[in-house]
Amino acid sequence: MAVTVQDLVKNYTVKKKTIEALKGISFSVEKGEIFGIIGPDGAGKTSLFRILTTLLEPDGGSATVDGCSVKDEYLQIRQRVGYMPGKFSLYQDLTVQENLEFFAAIFNVSIADNYEYIKEIYEQIAPFKDRKAGQLSGGMKQKLALCCALIHKPTVLFLDEPTTGVDAVSRKEFWEMLHRLKTQGITILVSTPYMDEAGLCDRVGLIQKGAFLSIETPQSIIRDFKKTLWSVRADDMYRLMETILKSPLINSCYPFGQYHHVTFKDDTKKQSDLEAIVAPGNFKDVEIAAIQPNIEDCFMALMTE
Amino acid sequence: MQTDKVISVSNLTKKFGDFTAVDNISFDCVKGEIFGFLGANGAGKTTAMRMLCGLSLPTSGEASVAGFDVYKESELIKKKIGYMSQKFSLYEDLTVWENIRFYAGIYGLSDSNIREKSRQLLTELHLEGQENALVRSLPLGWKQKLAFSVAIVHNPAIVFLDEPTGGVDPITRREFWGLIYEASARDITVFVTTHYMDEAEYCNRVSIMVDGKIEALDTPANLKQHYNADSMDEVFLHLARTATRSQD
Ligand SMILES: Nc1ncnc2c1ncn2[C@@H]1O[C@H](COP(=O)(O)OP(=O)(O)OP(=O)(O)O)[C@@H](O)[C@H]1O
Ligand SMILES: [Mg+2]
Repeated sequence: MAVTVQDLVKNYTVKKKTIEALKGISFSVEKGEIFGIIGPDGAGKTSLFRILTTLLEPDGGSATVDGCSVKDEYLQIRQRVGYMPGKFSLYQDLTVQENLEFFAAIFNVSIADNYEYIKEIYEQIAPFKDRKAGQLSGGMKQKLALCCALIHKPTVLFLDEPTTGVDAVSRKEFWEMLHRLKTQGITILVSTPYMDEAGLCDRVGLIQKGAFLSIETPQSIIRDFKKTLWSVRADDMYRLMETILKSPLINSCYPFGQYHHVTFKDDTKKQSDLEAIVAPGNFKDVEIAAIQPNIEDCFMALMTE
Repeated sequence: MQTDKVISVSNLTKKFGDFTAVDNISFDCVKGEIFGFLGANGAGKTTAMRMLCGLSLPTSGEASVAGFDVYKESELIKKKIGYMSQKFSLYEDLTVWENIRFYAGIYGLSDSNIREKSRQLLTELHLEGQENALVRSLPLGWKQKLAFSVAIVHNPAIVFLDEPTGGVDPITRREFWGLIYEASARDITVFVTTHYMDEAEYCNRVSIMVDGKIEALDTPANLKQHYNADSMDEVFLHLARTATRSQD
């Protein structure tokens, strides 16, 4: 096991009030696994990452990373893990190149020796290597931060929302790269607000209010979606949503790009029932179909349960 | 939709030294429209937006925003627009109520007006009882919704939103778009950047920037037809892959 977590507890005290950031969570991650952590802001993701990278001490429970205990062997852990925090960790006054050199220096490695590790991402920002990090666009900063987290060839990589602010093309390339790192035996724990990325993990834990609601493979999360899901579109999508939500028969209606995704409260309802709900709106080009849920449908259903 | 132009841009350019971040862009936006401003990382979105908000001077070209010139009347522009920056735009160490009062004050709302506005705002956002909470302690999604409401507290002609839903959970992200639709229904023009391609579908028109230039600008339906694509995601991939600036 690359990571084991047993009954981990973390509390914060703010103005004499205790906030339970982690309520005794347990899980483990296998070597070479990509483990996704999904959850709303404040669910406890960052506390978990900070404990596992030994930047924060837990109030209870235990955890190991690459066989070392976060309590007693934190020096070993720090040498072996890579951590990309959610908020930028870069030196804004140093250039792109200087930031990378700095991180290589603290881990005592040479950029040349490990260059193949970061090559694909670094090449995208290399034309700007003499620019100060503070002058990079938001997504370019993310790419540099990732290079800095990878430069010492970590065995376990912790990525806290690495693709927030990263464009759609680069996100695809980024995940292709994570899968390549995986084939080299690197274990990856990654949190993300992009649900399509959750589908690219080996397993995904959904965390809410300091506890896991579920830990499963993306396939079984989709299999567990209990209701029939309908997709609906018409000429006026905003009014269509209002019309659908007015019906007492409807459980949920969420916009999904060009479609709305709809579920009934009572799942025996049929396409004809949805047609009847939509009909009074006199819409043009109405299309209704039963569809397979995607992982975003599933998480939204779990989050509102 | 009405056709009064509220933004009009022609040949707008911004250089940093000899690097051209925004390269000769031209377009118009009309009242009440939701205008999606897309592009890959480093394409020049934030840079362009900052010029339109009167926060940075163009190198060349023309632009008028809410009827005012970006070179000579930037102070007047700032009063007529709202802006939510890519970084966070509220004061983390002030409470919810203090933030509202601060921004409403800047925009010259009267005290009684501010009080009434705040109450209305807190109700709309379901933040009643949270007025004395520090903004820092709010979940990201709530902060973003609050920041948006604060950005339109003075009923501006245009609101500029730079990646307002970045990192926001899927449910709150959709609620945020609900707020955008409401603003647009009140005739506020919404100028918004995003990296979520499903959100591109919610815009009336979308422009896609590549290496500082606007490569495409149309309704999502027309763009999909033109590029023979099923989704905006495909359109974006098609265009953004033509970028050369970030490669050797
Ligand atoms: N003050 C500055 N000095 C030098 N270069 C700058 C400065 N500000 C921005 N740039 C450069 O201009 C280009 C465009 O940056 P901008 O922030 O506008 O991109 P963006 O489209 O908003 O990207 P993102 O999606 O990542 O936010 C980038 O190459 C960036 O490094
Ligand atoms: Mg930007």
